Amino acid sequence: MRAWPLLAVALLACPVPSHADEELRSFLIVGDAIPDTLTGKPGDAARGRTVVATRQQGLCLLCHSGPFPEERFQGNLAPSLAGAGGRWSEAQLRLRLVDAQRLNPDTIMPPYYKVSGLQRVAPAFAGKTLLSAEQIEDVVAYLATLKD
Amino acid sequence: MRRLALVVLAVFAATYAFAQTADKRRSGYADMDASVQKMQDDDTANPAMLWVQEGEALWGKPVGSANLACADCHTPARLGGMAGVAARYPAWSPALGRAIDLEGRLQLCRTLHQKGPALADESRELLALTAFVARQSRGQPVASPDDRRLDATLRSGETLYKRRQGQLNLSCAQCHDDNAGQKLAAVTIPQAHPTAYPLYRLEWQALGSLKRRLRNCLIGVRAEPYPYSAPEYVALELYLAKRAQGMKVEAPGVRP
Ligand code: HEC
Ligand code: HEC
Repeated sequence: MRAWPLLAVALLACPVPSHADEELRSFLIVGDAIPDTLTGKPGDAARGRTVVATRQQGLCLLCHSGPFPEERFQGNLAPSLAGAGGRWSEAQLRLRLVDAQRLNPDTIMPPYYKVSGLQRVAPAFAGKTLLSAEQIEDVVAYLATLKD
Repeated sequence: MRRLALVVLAVFAATYAFAQTADKRRSGYADMDASVQKMQDDDTANPAMLWVQEGEALWGKPVGSANLACADCHTPARLGGMAGVAARYPAWSPALGRAIDLEGRLQLCRTLHQKGPALADESRELLALTAFVARQSRGQPVASPDDRRLDATLRSGETLYKRRQGQLNLSCAQCHDDNAGQKLAAVTIPQAHPTAYPLYRLEWQALGSLKRRLRNCLIGVRAEPYPYSAPEYVALELYLAKRAQGMKVEAPGVRP
């Protein structure tokens, strides 16, 4: 029931996905967006939904709510994800996931594809991104389907 | 003259009323279910009282090569009772030349006066003694000392509190100042007042210190928790105590 501390425990207990083995892909920011995919190919929306809805993976529902009737506890620290794909293009969504601080220096939205400039990261997570490049693309593809 | 006095009085009253309503501070207690609040309020239901009783027994037990019990020095005739003591920690320790928290003070008594080994961090004995001492300040206002020697520690506590940390890149302030009262998944984010510690957490099934709580928050943002002995905790605890100045001590509290 105590989602937050349990989550902390779960995060520590579950094997950390091997994002570290992977070089951080380079990307180009144009305006408020990253036009090109990080992987060179489109993501898979169904897998993206799983990342977003699975607390241990995306952590999104700690802060956001969205169209997830199966998830009982959704946060209200952030706008609902419903309609995100109507408000933003895939390119804009990509930058918001990769490093939301580029758009809002004070944001609480964690940087999902960034390893530098972070302080005191726990050793188990140091040098690792929150999501892999593939997962970012999957989530972008999923969010793009949320038109309303 | 009378008129002026009345105006002054009115202004004073208005300011006072404003100060009253402007205080938006609220203990985590206020966000709990009534059943958990009741558990904290009722000594016969509060599991933390087991530790308080154990602490009372330890208080009277001689230890160390000095073979002294806490009670031998803190007799009513000599150093007095412990009422109000927990309410003013962290405080400056002239012996160590730095700020220490209540646990640090107990450890100092143990090593310096009782001449025994320090207790292990977060050990049952240390928690029991802390709970026993803290219980005696219950209901008193937090009275963090106005002591210039604490200034540097207080400043570093504030810096730590406002600094982003961990893979999630969040500061204490972003959750506890900017988003207190909001829902992080199922949990209402509290304002992070330290008034109920040490406390019994149903989730821990045990009593835990404020440090244990702070470590949980650090682990939550995937930051490396400081070691128990780190000065960073005392600095954060001091900053939290100043933020909670005047609020009521609830120790030993209960949290879900
Ligand atoms: C710790 C809180 C937090 C987490 C975790 C989080 N976000 Fe956010 N997110 C925010 C906030 C707050 C905003 C509002 C914009 C801002 O402050 O920068 C936001 C904005 C967004 C937006 C733009 C919303 C809009 O319509 O304007 C999208 C899309 C988004 N987040 C998706 C995600 C996804 C997907 C995840 C997980 C993979 C996630 N967020 C995790 C806090 C969070
Ligand atoms: C991502 C949000 C978040 C961050 C960042 C965070 N906390 Fe917390 N904190 C919480 C939540 C949620 C709780 C309530 C715990 C629960 O009920 O599970 C909490 C509880 C607390 C409490 C206990 C309050 C009570 O009434 O018992 C204190 C004290 C505290 N935090 C201090 C801190 C400090 C100091 C930091 C930074 C080092 C910090 N927190 C960082 C979310 C956060």
